[in-house]
Amino acid sequence: MRALLAHRLAAPVAIALIVVALAFILPSNFYLRVAALVWISALAVIGLNLLMGFAGQVSLGHAGFFGLGAYAVAVLPAQFSLHPLLALLAGALVCGLIAFVVGRPILRLKGHYLAVATLGFGILIAMAIANESWLTGGPDGMPVSRLTLFGWRVRGASTWYWITGALLVLGAWLAVNLVASPTGRALRALHDSEVAARVAGVDVAHYKLIVFVISAVYASVAGSALALVNGFVTPDSANFIHSIELVTMVVLGGMGSVFGSLVGAAILVVLPQVLTTFHDYEHLLLGLMMMVIMIVLRSGIVPSLAALIRRTRP
Amino acid sequence: MPDFLQFCVSGLTVGAVYALVALGFTIIYNASDVVNFAQGEFVMIGGMTTVFITAAGVPLHFAIPAAILAAMVIGLLLHRLAIEPARGASAVTLIIITIGASIFLRGGAQIVFDKQFHSLPAFSGDTPVMIGGAAVLPQSFWVLGGAAVIVALLWFFFNRTLLGKAVLATAANRLAARLVGINTSFVVGFSFVLSAAIGAIAGILVAPITLTSYDIGALLALKGFAAAMLGGMGNPLGAIVGGLAVGLLEALGAGYISSTYKDAIAFIVILAVLFVLPGGFFGRASTERV
Amino acid sequence: MTNLMTRMGLAALFAGAAAMASPASAADTIKIGSSLAITGPASFLGDPEAKTLELYVKKINEAGGVNGKQLELVVYDDGANANNARTFATRLVEDDGIVAMIGGSSTGATMAMIPVFEDAGIPFISLAGAVVIVDPVKPFVFKTPHTDKMACEKIFEDMKAKGIAKVGMISGTGGFGKSMHGQCLGVAGNYGIEIVADETYGPKDSDMTPQLTNIKSAPGLQAVVNPGFGQGPAIVTRNFKQLGFDVPLYQSHGVASKSFIELAGDAAEGVRLPASALLVAEKLPDDDPQKAVVTSYKAAYEEATGQPVSTFGGHAYDGLMMLVEAMQRAGSEDPQAIRDELEKTSGFMGTAGVVNMSPSDHLGLDLTAFRMLEIRDGDWVLAD
Repeated sequence: MRALLAHRLAAPVAIALIVVALAFILPSNFYLRVAALVWISALAVIGLNLLMGFAGQVSLGHAGFFGLGAYAVAVLPAQFSLHPLLALLAGALVCGLIAFVVGRPILRLKGHYLAVATLGFGILIAMAIANESWLTGGPDGMPVSRLTLFGWRVRGASTWYWITGALLVLGAWLAVNLVASPTGRALRALHDSEVAARVAGVDVAHYKLIVFVISAVYASVAGSALALVNGFVTPDSANFIHSIELVTMVVLGGMGSVFGSLVGAAILVVLPQVLTTFHDYEHLLLGLMMMVIMIVLRSGIVPSLAALIRRTRP
Repeated sequence: MPDFLQFCVSGLTVGAVYALVALGFTIIYNASDVVNFAQGEFVMIGGMTTVFITAAGVPLHFAIPAAILAAMVIGLLLHRLAIEPARGASAVTLIIITIGASIFLRGGAQIVFDKQFHSLPAFSGDTPVMIGGAAVLPQSFWVLGGAAVIVALLWFFFNRTLLGKAVLATAANRLAARLVGINTSFVVGFSFVLSAAIGAIAGILVAPITLTSYDIGALLALKGFAAAMLGGMGNPLGAIVGGLAVGLLEALGAGYISSTYKDAIAFIVILAVLFVLPGGFFGRASTERV
Repeated sequence: MTNLMTRMGLAALFAGAAAMASPASAADTIKIGSSLAITGPASFLGDPEAKTLELYVKKINEAGGVNGKQLELVVYDDGANANNARTFATRLVEDDGIVAMIGGSSTGATMAMIPVFEDAGIPFISLAGAVVIVDPVKPFVFKTPHTDKMACEKIFEDMKAKGIAKVGMISGTGGFGKSMHGQCLGVAGNYGIEIVADETYGPKDSDMTPQLTNIKSAPGLQAVVNPGFGQGPAIVTRNFKQLGFDVPLYQSHGVASKSFIELAGDAAEGVRLPASALLVAEKLPDDDPQKAVVTSYKAAYEEATGQPVSTFGGHAYDGLMMLVEAMQRAGSEDPQAIRDELEKTSGFMGTAGVVNMSPSDHLGLDLTAFRMLEIRDGDWVLAD
């Protein structure tokens, strides 16, 4: 069984099983929507986790890429009558390019300096989106035209559930393959010790840049997916708070764990829906649970529990 | 010229608050490597507690120490209940814990206090003083003077008292500090209490100008963090310079370039500085701890 | 082991799902939904709105309910976040099974929720300001507050009467300020108003003296307008006094709560703004047709909450009462029937003014619903 858990494809297969199983269990469109939101967040979190968990680089500006992806499918079809799918690809391409261009100087920074640089970068994107109303509709946001595929209008919670679920499984599958590739090995070396990696002949800057670009593309695609599901975008998707949420999801679920990305996303998306019954105490409890989880399961939920299970059943 | 002075006064006043928040970050970071994102919440607690105690009829000069004390108790609890139990966890785990703490404190404040904005009466009236054509509120002098006094006291504390030297020793090398008999856990807890007090004082001084509410903390934490990094993480002088610089950049940016993009201007300068000086103004190359 | 992990994941989600499920509702209640910015940057809107809805649903139920049934109110806090609002809208429609919706404190949240209610065919009364909500008209969407465009027109009308032509603007960059700023620029020409200075500030900014310094040096400046809500306008007003302007300051209907006067202090003296009659309830002449409504709402709200009344809570009151009357006229709780009756609302006297809806107007207020107010001796008075 441990071999099964350790298998490269364990996480994507597990995620696929969850997506399929929940489809038969969730009772209403509302639950399907919440699940779709979880899949979308998890997709962005997997990308960020590649950067944080495998390459050991923090980004406090990933919502910027998320927002760019969201606005790509809103603005490009509205302004240039581009098909939403092409707009999604264009958004991903633009985010990849931006990450490539700013990545090299930003990733020279270390630790908290990298954090504040990515933070500033994300805020610049969020400000541009909120202020250039002629293009983006400003702080009140703008509508997104419905996605049509082969003349069929994509709509309905269950349709989006399957589309976003498939995207997530695809994202998880690509991520585990990346991790198992020579690039992934270089990345892990980098996470363990940048100096050692450099001594061993790893082109550190190059690999950091690659994973930064990849994680930006993940965030962008997730943002596009959210915009298409909602049919409406606001600058909230790009703001600093959202960046922090994404980082929190990574750490809660477990750095370096693809399955943990899903768990972290699920907690931060589902928990507020559960906590609504507590009204005024909602934020108090959310903060409390974040603290307790991190104190008790300090490596993140999935890695900590996995270690616990390994210890109790040798 | 009067315009320039007016911009500078605005920038320095706001910047002094950023500087005090950045100073709080620095003190805790030096003692424990924790980047405390709940630092802005201390500012909120200082301002809001003073508002609510004075509203209950207590004179300002009793309310202020009470509010500072409240913030110090919460700072101590934060350390004892959330940071100490997670000792040895990775830096990023500790950051998430402090983010959780800030959500928790904000959630608590909206219950204990309310969700409205509040103001305090200015300590020396609202009549502006004219300096070189710039209208300066007397409260601005309180903010700037208060910040200066805090910095002077801290300098004295760190350089002239045994406890202060213990804190510095812990910051320099925790293991060595423990070996020479310093109770490092106490020192870390003390640094939380000290930071909480500084944050609360900032929150009280500035409340008559910028108003206060239960959710002002997040933005201050963001700006204070940026200021601390601009100055060079771990350097108290850097925190002060960084805070004042961010405040001035915002005010001059709003005045001369674009009020819409004033925050952007501050961050563009921060990015530019970090590209040239990857350790901030006063950063040491060896301060990397992640 | 994979199975174990899967099961654990499933169990976690199930636990969530179970806790989310609301108790089955009895058939003899009418469910009304609401998603408001009870916390977050627009909490000064959502907080009084939620309190008003809870207060009046209780009052209505004590008086026997509607059509012989009790009202059941389901309120969620979206924190003015559009994505959250969208999720709660889906939840209200799919899970809670509401027949009508009141809320959406902010324009962004409202716009994100509109497709849900349009698709489900459930009437949605928004409490947000921007004109885009009801222009173009959407079959199931209504709103109660005056639009930002009307506020601009009312302000410019007042300026024109005073011979003011050169105006400086300082606008918040939040949704409200940004939208109103655009509307004001659009209609300024109709009143012969020239915008000689145009500055902005962020929603959480704490000092606006740099912007105001620039406005002050604009040549020929005759007045300043500040579209925005929250604490920003209070700081602008204080900075305005600090810098010693000698021209009038106009605020928007976004500051129409007593807390603005408290926060701005002495600096608020002489500030003019368009607002509904609610703020001057006791000062209205006895023959004013709105007096009864506004004084009773004000008294009820202030007694129940201990906080001063604001026009924002009034918008929620108007929405709820219009909805109740529509249900009574329809004699049923069928969403389509409620919608049809809402659209026929005419002569409804609310806190915002007289509402006359039509198939082409889902707001139903005109400029007369706005009063020009001035702040004197720390209180609102009707400006002449």
